[in-house]
Formats: sequence, C-alpha cells, structure tokens
Amino acid sequence: MDQTIKFTIDGTIVTTQKGLTIVEAAKDNGIYIPTLCNFEGAKPKGCCRMCTIKINSRYMTACTTPAADGMEIESNTEEITDIRKSIIELLFVSGNHFCPACEKSGNCELQALAYKYQMLVPRFPFIFPQKGIDASSPRLMKEQNRCIACKRCIKTIKDEEGRNYFAYKNRGYALEVILDPELGKDIPEDLAKLAMENCPVGSIIYKEKGFDEPIGSRKFDKTPIGSEIEV
Amino acid sequence: MSQKITIEPVTRVEGHGKVTIYLDDHGNVRESRLHIVEFRGFERFVQGRPYWEAPVLVQRLCGICPVSHHLAAAKALDVIVGAGTGDGLTAVGEKMRRLMHYGQFFQSHVLHFFHLSSPDFLFGIDADPAIRNIIGVIQENRELAVQGVMMRKFGQEVIRLTAGKKVHGTGAIPGGINKNLSIAERDELLKGPDPLNADKMVDWSVAALDFFKSYHKNNQKLVDEFAVFPSNHFSLVRKDGALDLYHGVLRAVDTDGKKILHDVDYQDYDQFIEEEVKNWSYMKFPYLKEFGKEYGWYRVGPLARLNTIDFIPTPLAQKAFEEFKAYTNGKPNNMTLHYHWARLIETLHSAEVIRDLLNDPELQNDDLTVKGIKKHRGVGLIEAPRGTLFHHYEVNDDDQITLCNLIVSTTNNNEPMNLAVNLTANAFMNGQREITEGMMNAVEVAIRAYDPCLSCATHALGKMPLELTLIDNKNIIIDRKNK
Repeated sequence: MDQTIKFTIDGTIVTTQKGLTIVEAAKDNGIYIPTLCNFEGAKPKGCCRMCTIKINSRYMTACTTPAADGMEIESNTEEITDIRKSIIELLFVSGNHFCPACEKSGNCELQALAYKYQMLVPRFPFIFPQKGIDASSPRLMKEQNRCIACKRCIKTIKDEEGRNYFAYKNRGYALEVILDPELGKDIPEDLAKLAMENCPVGSIIYKEKGFDEPIGSRKFDKTPIGSEIEV
Repeated sequence: MSQKITIEPVTRVEGHGKVTIYLDDHGNVRESRLHIVEFRGFERFVQGRPYWEAPVLVQRLCGICPVSHHLAAAKALDVIVGAGTGDGLTAVGEKMRRLMHYGQFFQSHVLHFFHLSSPDFLFGIDADPAIRNIIGVIQENRELAVQGVMMRKFGQEVIRLTAGKKVHGTGAIPGGINKNLSIAERDELLKGPDPLNADKMVDWSVAALDFFKSYHKNNQKLVDEFAVFPSNHFSLVRKDGALDLYHGVLRAVDTDGKKILHDVDYQDYDQFIEEEVKNWSYMKFPYLKEFGKEYGWYRVGPLARLNTIDFIPTPLAQKAFEEFKAYTNGKPNNMTLHYHWARLIETLHSAEVIRDLLNDPELQNDDLTVKGIKKHRGVGLIEAPRGTLFHHYEVNDDDQITLCNLIVSTTNNNEPMNLAVNLTANAFMNGQREITEGMMNAVEVAIRAYDPCLSCATHALGKMPLELTLIDNKNIIIDRKNK
C-alpha cells in the first residue's frame, strides 16, 4: 500500500512517508521548524512549545504530531513567529542567561534562536532566579539558573544499566533538573561531554572546559540555526 | 564667606566622578576630594562562579582596557590550574598574550593622548570647551586626529586577532590561550596597507612623542610646575629591572629613587599592600603596609613605571627613556603632566614590541595550553595602561570561586589624584571670587593626566562627567556647576 502522504506548510505542498512527525517531515522537505526540547533519537514530549504550529486553525506542537494527509499547516506566519519569539523571551527572563560569560555561547540553541527570531528586549520582566549551581560532580557543573527543563539530558544520558544520570526534582516553579548525586560522582568522561553537548543551553558544563574554542569559530557563529535544513 | 565647589561630572576620563572643593572665609582652598560615585561589585558577584569564567566575566568591568582584566584573571588562574606563576606557559601561550597586551596598551595610550588629552594641549586649558574636544582637534589638526584614530584602530586589530574580538575577547584561558596567530593574520598586521602596519605605528609613535616634546618646550613652566608633589612609585619590573608590562616582580621606590619594595613575588602581595576604606568614596586607598597610611601611598601608571625601572628593552623607547631620566638627573620624576611624556614613551615601546613579536615564528606554534597540579589560590598581576592591576582568586574543591579581590590601577592612584586635585585647586582657585570654566578644567587636567578609569576602580560604565560645587563653612551650597 502506498504510504506517501501529502500536506501543505505555509501553502507549499510537501510529500512524506506516513509515520513521521511534522518536524521530521518538514525537515525532509527542507523546511525548518524550530525545536528545543525535541532531540533526535529520544521520544518527543512537546514540553517547550517552540515548535508551535497551526494545523487547520488549531495550535499544535510539530514535534509530537504525526504528519497526516491533507493537513494545512501554518508555520512561518507573523502570528506563529511572534508566539515562538515570546516563548524564547519567556525562557530568557525566567533564567539567568548571561551569554557573554557563558561557555555555551555560540553553541547554544536558545541563543541561536534568539538571534534567528531577532529578540532584543524581552516583553516580560526578568525574574533573576537564584537557584544556584551544583558543582559537586568532579566532571560536570549543573547551573540551575540556565536550565530550561527540556528533559533532553534525562532522556539521553543513561548508564549501561539504563539508569538516568539526570532527574526532575520538585514541581511547578520549583522544578529543577538535577544530576544524581551518587551517579554523578563517577560519570564517565565521554558521557559527561555528551551531556554538555546534548544540553541546548549552558546548564550542563563539562568542568574546566572554559573558552578553549574561540568565540567566532563556534557552531552557530558560522551558520545560523536551521540553515542546515532550509533549502 | 566660605564655599564648596563641586565639579560633576569630570569629563574626558573613563567613568564617572565628581570633585568637591571647600573654600574658607578668605576664599582659600580648605579641603578637596575626588569622589568616585559609581559602584559595580564584581568582587562579590563572581563568588560561586566556576573559575574558568573569571577572565571573560571580570573583564566586563570595562570597555577601554578589558584585556588587562582578562589577562590578570588568566594569570591568576594559571596558578590555580598548575601552570606556574607567569613563566610556566608555552612560548606561544605567553607570546600571544603579550601581543594582545601590548596591542591593548598601544590603543589605550593612544586613546588617552589623542582623544582625551590632546585638546588641552592644542587649545589650552582655559580654551572654549566648545572647541576643546576631539572634534575641535579634527578641525584644527586633521593629520594629528587621523593618526590618533588609525593608531587606535591598529591596536584594536591586534586585540581582535589575538583575543578573538576587539572588545571583550576570550583569547586567554587558564593555562594558556585558545588560538595562535596564523601567517595570514600576522601579515595583516605586519604588512598591512599603509598606514595600518607595525612599522608605520612605530613611526607615528615617534611623531606623537615629538609633538609632546615640542609642546613641553613651548610650555615648560606649565608642564613642569603643574601639580608637582613628591611620592613613592610602584610597578612591576622584569627581574633584570627592565620595563615589562606583562610580568615581573614588584618594586617600589621613594621620591629620591631609593628602593622601598625590593623586587618581591606578587603572589605575596597581601603581605606588602593594604587597602583603606573612606566613607566618601567607593574607591579604596591602597598603601604599602610597612610605611603606613600616611607615608605608604604611591603612584602607579606610566610615570611611576619609568621611575621604578632601570631600562626599556627596545632601542627607540630606551633612547627616549634616557632623555626622560636625564631631565630629572636620574631622580624620580614627580611632575604630574609628565605622565603624558611617560605614556608616549610607553606607546613607542609598545609599537616596537608589537613589531618584534610579529616577526617571532613561535606565534604559530600549536601547543596552546599547559596544566599541572591544581591549587586553591592564585594571584595575577599585570601592568595595565593606567597602572598595576591586581587580581586575586581563591577556589574550592568544586572549582567555584570563593574569594575575589581586585585592586585596580586607578585605585592605586587614588591618593595621588586627590593630592593633584588639591594642589591644582590651590593654584587656580585660591582667593578667586568667581570660579571659571577654565579653573574647573585645570582640576580635570590634573585628574586626566592619571588617565583614571573610574569605572574599573569601583568595579562602571560610560563617560566621566564632572560636577563642581561651592559650599560654605556651614555646609550650604553656594554654587554648583556641571559639565
């Protein structure tokens, strides 16, 4: 049976195989839909809402919604762009994202999205949280004021027995992603480096890694986020 | 009737300050103070941050000489990561930092002389302030102005190619650097199209020095007699007594040139230096412990450096240094306006060092960093354009900063600047019924000679405006003028 489906994104007809999410299908067709919590290989959760789109006039998350035949999707419209920009602004004001002194600057997806969506002054007041830093692991530093609770570390950083190195603690505004104090003591070097790489912001920092990659030569310094997908 | 004069803001300096001058019943200066009214607090909010953030975080104190803070912090952290106390880096690590630093010195000194101070020399201290500024310089002497702008640009390019950015770069990291200088980058600075190349910068530095010497010759009384007072002088010197702006040992001489701090290791700076807090300024008052608050204060910066060192290790600057020393028969020079002379000799020295470093093939080496056994305490000292800069950090077992102490160049010059203000106020305002703009500018000229960076000194941003207030002996404000 033919598994090909056809739908439109901002009026452009796209075709894809059934079973893909809208983010994946769009990517296959050279269309970039921004994401933060979504991570290739991990089950999508739709918790950051960065990939918000409108399907047949309803707001949905593109990372969790399977592409279906006949959908009419709005993505790069003025309205959706403003929604995404407001999400970025909310993330900035709810944390302490001081890019100039952050090791992740240039490799940070939140910063790259802020540039893409031309965020200047956020429309919301800054909270300036004081959640602190957990630096007790010999290899990793968890800067809680930069964490956007995307869960990517929880989903992707596990030991050989499948145990999570990272976990949620508390609920609501007090929610934090913490590094397991016991497992964190012995986290292997490669996994610690992977944790930093998988974190979309500068919340998980591999210790003693301080600016050894010059500013200006980092990932998003060279190519804006999404440009590897867009045709 | 006694009066209080307030000059606020002080102009054409970095940062924000004000001057208060108290006059007695006869109109004579009773007391004067330079107040630093900004507050930054970097020492506190850097606590708890991971140590490797310090060189990029703390340099945000300032946009004029961030490289000095960047490098002083990196030098302190070299100690913490076990890379030695200033001489343990790889050749490329140290030489790239030196190139960055001398590029910074060059641009900062040029900025100060051409943009901030040259209007006073070209038009006179009491000239119309509407023309006594950099725009006036451009209109009056285009060639001089272009030289100033292009020389500063060259210095900024040196910084960009070594630190990654012209302002607030990230080139120095604990234990070394994060990039070397490519052949293409080297050639950009060494063989760039006129005037942006190293040889031209040496030529123009000689010309700037000649400009000042000519001014000095024609205005000897003013330059030699303006705010002159004896003081101790303090700086880093290379172990062999040479001028070294990046690394060395601590030396201080008294007003007669006698050594009073004998080439000591700066890791122990707190054994020799203490800071006093006064309730009318955010800026502390450092002094040499051994001599107490009253006699232990000292000058730093270009004049102090040329008073402490034995020689300059580049030929043209050495020749200029010999002439400078001969002017005071080898004794320390205590003339405030001679800061400009010393600054221009250092500008020439920086241009020579940049040119020589660019010809060094070790700048293309790839061994960028070294690390050793970690320590919990590190002190980094460097000669910033405005004087000796102290960075002291302590870190815990989790790599977080637990203590940060910064003694910034301008802080070291706090007492001398206050004295210079007092002497100038006495010389220009005693017995005067009306305070003119020219008198106020004379006070600013005294402060400006020290090239203070009030932003850094209080751990602040922006220009240095000056407010002058006249207060009587019952503390009633009689007159206030703002600039």
